[in-house]
Amino acid sequence: MLPERLQSICELEDDVTVLEEGVDKPTVVVPCEHVASLMAALKHDASFAFLLLLDHTVTDRVDDGHFELVYQLYSPVHNHHLMVMTTIPRDEPVIQTLSHIWAVAEFQEREIYDMFGVVYRNHPDLRRLFLEDDWVGFPLRKDYEDDFMLERPK
Amino acid sequence: MNSTPILSIDELVENASAPDASETQEYFINMGPQHPATHGVLRLLLKLDGERVRKIVPVLGYIHRGIEKIAENQSYRQMVHLTDRMDYLSAIINNWGVSMAVEKAAGIELNPRIETIRTIFGELERLRSHQLWWGVMGMDLGAFTPFLYCFRDRELLNDIMEKTIGARLTMNYIQPGGLMHDVHEDFVDDVKGFLKGFKSTIDEYDQLLSGNVIFQERVRNVGIMDGATALDYGATGPVLRGSGVAYDLRKVEPYGVYDQVDFDVPVGTTGDSWDRYWIRIEEMRQSVRIIEQLIDNIPDGKHMVVKMAQKIKIPQGRYYSQVETARGVLGTWLVSESEKKEGAYRVHFRSPCFNNLWTLIPMVEGDLIGSLVACMASIDLVIPDIDR
Repeated sequence: MLPERLQSICELEDDVTVLEEGVDKPTVVVPCEHVASLMAALKHDASFAFLLLLDHTVTDRVDDGHFELVYQLYSPVHNHHLMVMTTIPRDEPVIQTLSHIWAVAEFQEREIYDMFGVVYRNHPDLRRLFLEDDWVGFPLRKDYEDDFMLERPK
Repeated sequence: MNSTPILSIDELVENASAPDASETQEYFINMGPQHPATHGVLRLLLKLDGERVRKIVPVLGYIHRGIEKIAENQSYRQMVHLTDRMDYLSAIINNWGVSMAVEKAAGIELNPRIETIRTIFGELERLRSHQLWWGVMGMDLGAFTPFLYCFRDRELLNDIMEKTIGARLTMNYIQPGGLMHDVHEDFVDDVKGFLKGFKSTIDEYDQLLSGNVIFQERVRNVGIMDGATALDYGATGPVLRGSGVAYDLRKVEPYGVYDQVDFDVPVGTTGDSWDRYWIRIEEMRQSVRIIEQLIDNIPDGKHMVVKMAQKIKIPQGRYYSQVETARGVLGTWLVSESEKKEGAYRVHFRSPCFNNLWTLIPMVEGDLIGSLVACMASIDLVIPDIDR
C-alpha cells in the first residue's frame, strides 16, 4: 500500500516531505525546483508507475503570498493515488513544465496560465486557453478585479 | 507535438502557407465553432494537405462561464446546480460527484436508501447519456435513423426522471446529505417497465447500426490509440478503456453501492473507434444489469440525512474525490479555509471531456477529415464540460 511507502518517495529527490494534516489523500510536498525531476522519477520508476496525470490545479493563497500547486497522480498498474504539492511565490510565479513527462500536462498548464498567470518554463505552447489573447489579468486570482464584477451585498 | 511555439492564431495561419516548389499547398480551415459534428461550440483549427489533417489546434472558450470562480462565492449546497451545466448529459452523476466530495469532507454518513437510489439514478443517467451518444454518432456518420430511435427511447427515461425530479435535463437532484425529493411512488414500476423493453432495444440498436457495413468501414481501424498514449494524454472513461486499460472507478474505488452489485467492465483490444463504440454499447447492457439487481431491493429510510435549513461546513483542509461519469473521471477539488465559512475557498473540477479532448491529436493527425468526424463522435465530447 502506498501510505506506508511514502517515505521511499521522499528518497527519490532532495527535500521531499510527507504532508499529513489538511489533506485527504497520501501527499508529498516538494520544493518547486525539484518538481520536474521528482515527477519523472515517479512516472518511470516501475514500483510507482504513475502513468496518469489526473489533474493539476492551483490555489491562490493571497494572504500568504504564494500559489499552491497540486498534482493528482494515479497508477493504473498498482492502483494507487498520490497528491504532490508545491508552492511558488506570487510575485514570481515560475515553474518547470511537465509537458515532456505527460502530454496532457501541456493543456492543463495552459489552463492554469490562463486563469492564474503561472509561467511554465520550457512549455512548448504557452498561450491563453479559454480567454481571448488580449484579455488583461488572471481571473481566478483572488485579487482579480474588472469592470463587470458585481459587489456582493454584505 | 509541435516544436516551434505558437504565439497567436493569426501568426500561425500567416506563416503556414509559405509558397514553395512543392505541388500541393497546406492550408488552414476552421471546423466550428458552429459545426454540426462538433456538438456545440468547439472550434478546431485544421491544417490540411488536401483532405489529410496535418495538425489540429483546438480553440476553446466559446462557452466558458467561470464556474470555478462562481462556486467560490457560493455555499456548498448552491454549488451543486452549477455542475448540471458542465456535462449536461451526466447531470445527476455530476451532482453526485460534488455532493460526495462535500459529504466526505464534512463527515456526513448516508443511509443505504440514499446510496441505492443514487446508484440507480446514476446508471439511468449513464444509459440516457450513452443512448443519446449512440444516436448522434450514427448521425455524424451519415445515418439519420438512429438519431430518431434514440430520442424516442430517451423520452421514456426523461418521463421517469421528470416524475421524481421535475426536470428533464438540469436535474439538481442529488444534494449534499441526500436527495432533493424521495422517489415517486411509481418509480420502481416505471423503471422495471422501461428495462423490460430496453433490453430488446439495445439489440435493435445493434441490428440497426453496429452491423452496418458502411458504419463498420468508417470506424474499424480508425483513430487507433494504444493504452500508453491514452494514459499520456490523460484520457479516462470509455476512451481509455477502449485502448485496453480497465480503469473504471466503479470497480477500483467503489462508491455508492457499486461494491454490492455484479457487473463487468468491458475493455477494448485495438483502441480504434469501433472499440470505443462497442464499449459504450456493452456499458448500456451492464447498466441494465446493475439497475435490475437494485430496483427490487431499495431499503427503507429517509431521503435526506441533513435538514435543508442546516448549514453545511467543512473543516479546514484540501479534499479531492472522484466519480465515474458517462465520459470518464470527474474530480472535485475543494479547499476550505475555515470551519466557520459556509463556502469553499477554491473549487476546481477535473472534467473528463477537457482531458479526453486532446486524444484527438494522436488519433487523427495524419488521417483524413472523415476520420476526424468518426473519432470525435467516438470520444463523445460535451463542450460545456470542456470549458466549464
